[in-house]
Parts: sequence; C-alpha cells; structure tokens
Amino acid sequence: MSYRIVKGGESRSFPGDHAFVQAAGARVSVARGDVAADSPAGSASASGVAFIGADAGSLYVAAAGRLGSASFVLVELGTECLGVHIGDDDYPTNVLGFARFRLGDAEPTALVELVRKPQTSEAALEAARDVLAAAGLVVAVCQDFPGRILDRLLRPYYNAALRRLDEGLASAADMDATLRMGLGYPKGPIELLRETGLHHHFEVTRALHEQLGQEPYAPARRARNAWLRKAGGGGQ
Amino acid sequence: MSQDSSTTRIRTIGVAGCGTMGTGIAIVAARAGFRTKLFDAREATLAQAMKQAGAFLTKSVQRGKLAAGQDAETLARMSTHASLEDLADCDLVIEAVFEDLAVKHALFAALDKVCPDGTIFASNTSTISITEIAGGSGRPDRFVGMHFCLPAQLMRLVEMSPGMLTAPETFETAWQACQTMGQYPVHTRDTPGFILNYFLIPWHNDVINLVDQGVATPADIDLAVKTALGYPLGPLELLDMIGMDTQKLLCDAMHGLTHEPRAACPPLVKRMVGAGLLGRKSGQGFHRYADDRIFGA
Repeated sequence: MSYRIVKGGESRSFPGDHAFVQAAGARVSVARGDVAADSPAGSASASGVAFIGADAGSLYVAAAGRLGSASFVLVELGTECLGVHIGDDDYPTNVLGFARFRLGDAEPTALVELVRKPQTSEAALEAARDVLAAAGLVVAVCQDFPGRILDRLLRPYYNAALRRLDEGLASAADMDATLRMGLGYPKGPIELLRETGLHHHFEVTRALHEQLGQEPYAPARRARNAWLRKAGGGGQ
Repeated sequence: MSQDSSTTRIRTIGVAGCGTMGTGIAIVAARAGFRTKLFDAREATLAQAMKQAGAFLTKSVQRGKLAAGQDAETLARMSTHASLEDLADCDLVIEAVFEDLAVKHALFAALDKVCPDGTIFASNTSTISITEIAGGSGRPDRFVGMHFCLPAQLMRLVEMSPGMLTAPETFETAWQACQTMGQYPVHTRDTPGFILNYFLIPWHNDVINLVDQGVATPADIDLAVKTALGYPLGPLELLDMIGMDTQKLLCDAMHGLTHEPRAACPPLVKRMVGAGLLGRKSGQGFHRYADDRIFGA
C-alpha cells in the first residue's frame, strides 16, 4: 500500500527518521499557515495519506475536500479527539486518528493508538493498520474518546501517586519500589514522571480534565508547580 | 537465617491462618531459618499447608533455588498446631486469617491471653486499618502491619505499617525480622490499601470502565499497556487471574473505607459476576481460556 506523508510542525510521533516515514512514497513539509488549496496533500488519489506534526489537523482540514478517494487518511493527534477535525456525526469514513504513545520527553514507544469512529470503514482501518505494522509499529485500536487508551488510564494514576506523595503515604522511593516489586512494573510512577518531565504530565492531564470534567484528571499540585516553574524559565 | 540473625531478637514466628497466604509466609519464615509454627483450627488445612510447602520446597531444590537438603531442613523448622496455646513461645505472630475485623479481633484477643508481653503481633491485612485491628489486640503498642504479596514465597515485597500506637521499637524489631526473612520491607502509612492496593484497585476499575464504555477491546487495552509501558501482564489479563468475584470484594472493602469514586465497584464487574464470567477460574472473563490451569503451571 503506497502512501504519502504531509508534515506540518513537529511530530511527537515521528520526531526523527523512522521506517514509517522512510517508506512513504512522497514526503511533503508544509510551513505553518501555508496550507494552500492546491497543496500536495490535496492531490491524493487512491493511495493513503498521513498528516503528521502539530499542524496535522489543520492540514487535513484544508485538504479534506479532495481526500474522498484515498484508501485511508491518517491524522496525528495530540490530546484532542479526532472529532475535532472530522466532526462527530457526519464524517468521512476513511479518516482515522493516530498517536504513537510517548511519555513526556521519553522516546516514542512502538505503540500506536489508532483512533476510529463508529462508522469508520473496516477497509480503511485495515489499510492504515497494515502500513503502520509494516513499519514495525504495534497497533491498538480505540474509539474516539479523550485520552484514548493510555492517557485515559495513566493520568489519574499519576495524579493519585503525586497526591499521595504529598500526603505522606510513603517516600517516593518506597512508592516506586512497591509498584515495581509488587506488580512487576519496569518503573514506579514518581521516577517515571520525574525522568520524562512532570510539566508534560500537567499539560496532558489538564487537557483531559477540561474534556472529561472528572476530578481524577485534575492536575496534581506537584505537576502544576513543575509546569509553572518551566513556564517561568526554571527547571523541574 | 538468611541475614545476620544477631540483628533481630526474633527466633520463633507463629503464622495464624494457613490458607494460601499464611502458607506462603510460613515458607518464607522457615526458609530464612526461623522456627515456624503454623496455627489453624482446621487440621485438614494444616495438613494441606504442609503438603503445599513440601511440594514448593522440593521444586525449589529442583530448580536450583535451594541447595540440596535445604528443603528438608526448612520443613523440619515448620510445625503445625491446632491449639492457639501452642503459640505461647512465639516472638512474633503474623496473622493471615479472613479479612474481617471481628474475626481478627477475636484471634488477637485470644493470642493476647496466651503470648507473653514481649511477643509482637502483626497482621497481613491488605485493606483493614492496622490501628483498628491493634485496638482489639490488647497490645496496640506491640502491633504492626506486615502485608506480604501473593504468592508470598516468591514475592519479596512487604508493606509495613505502624498503627497509631505502635511503639517505634516494635516497628524496628519487626522490620529487622522482615529483612532477616530475606524480604524487602517498605514503610507505608496506615491508610486503606497501603500502597499497592490503593493504586491497583482503582487502576483496575478504570480499565474495566474503559471496556464498559467501549473505548477499546480488552485485547487492544492489554496490548497497549504491555507494549507502551512494559508491564508483564495486561491489566485485564491480571484481572482475569484475580477473578471478578475477588475484585468485587476488594472494591467493596476499599470503597467502604475511602468512599473514593475510583474505588467503587464498576457495574460491569457486577454483571460479570452475575453471568459467572469470573476470569481464569471459570474459563472466561475478559478473555477466554482453553483450560483452567493456574498461571505458571
């Protein structure tokens, strides 16, 4: 299956070279604010198109009218839902969202969350899954909900860990050791957040809290402080 | 002893309640060199505990985890007792009976009449407050929480919690005994679920609710978690091992104590229990199983 990549802005899923990018038949970078109606993305025919980067959504929207015949269209997502770009009721059935899971500053993992809608065509889903898998990525399919699978599950857990640390449940070292030794996790929550950037956790959980309106997603105090320090030019 | 025995005054350990957890704790204690007394009012349970301990220790030798002969030496340090009075010479008694405050109070009240003042009492509870249990023990200053992980004979982690009235020297003595057993103690506050269950029960509930809300299939959720986070088991695979009936009990205990929404038993768990979809033990939970072998068998 051939596909082309249209990139706008930095991609969290593919910050460097990757087999998925290398295997694309064509790669086009579009500067922010330069999404013309006749942009390369608009000329897609029967092959697939992947919009990647921070501007993936807006690039897709600019080209959407001419992507009906594409076998699949992938749009890289941040913390937003796919419905933000394609709508939640009447939407093209060949468009899927995706994000390669990555915790803060850590390298992207092999896991791609592939986001579908209820009416997404199975053919488009399978075509997208195939090209991602062919690039060595592991694909988990999910519906279009805030946080997809991993952020939806992890952020309340991280917030709870940070709050319990404040409340003196145990030392950070003992909390991490307990979850490592008791459950076989490679790393405990506190060490993981500190290594990958606590301020990144704040940004993700704040976005999910706004979308879901549920208290467990409300950013923990420590994460907010880390983000404020970062915003003020300090470290963590 | 597995470590320097001079660091602890504990020589004889009693284990009260010889189900799966109690048997595992007894193996740990005896394997580390402690004289270990297993108490259970049911003779058949005691016999089963010794049989399981023997089988485990034999396997440990076969796998090179223990030197030849250490299985017999360990077993020789273990004795069974159906009378509580036989625990009178224990320096430390670890309780591993049913998770019911009244049951634990009755046990410790009886032990308090039998054991000398210097005996330390410990509870292996996973959810009940150490302070509450200690309140019915007759010796709240010589009481400590020692929560071993299942299976205790394989898992080194022990969550240790002082109650509100636990004397510092009691905690220190129990801590040293735990280390001498070859375990890895972590210090937690006496709050519901301590560390492990406080995080694990709501995490599992969140995963279950994700399935119920149709966000992703159990297979995709397990795949995502294992691939992205490197967890050895997917959360729904682990839940199938725990069992939906057990998850419901854990939720009821935790939510009853904390009233935290994430600890509330998910409606899907109740439906699955009603449908008999308990997990591995029933052949189907979130996944289907071709046989009923336990994990690792």
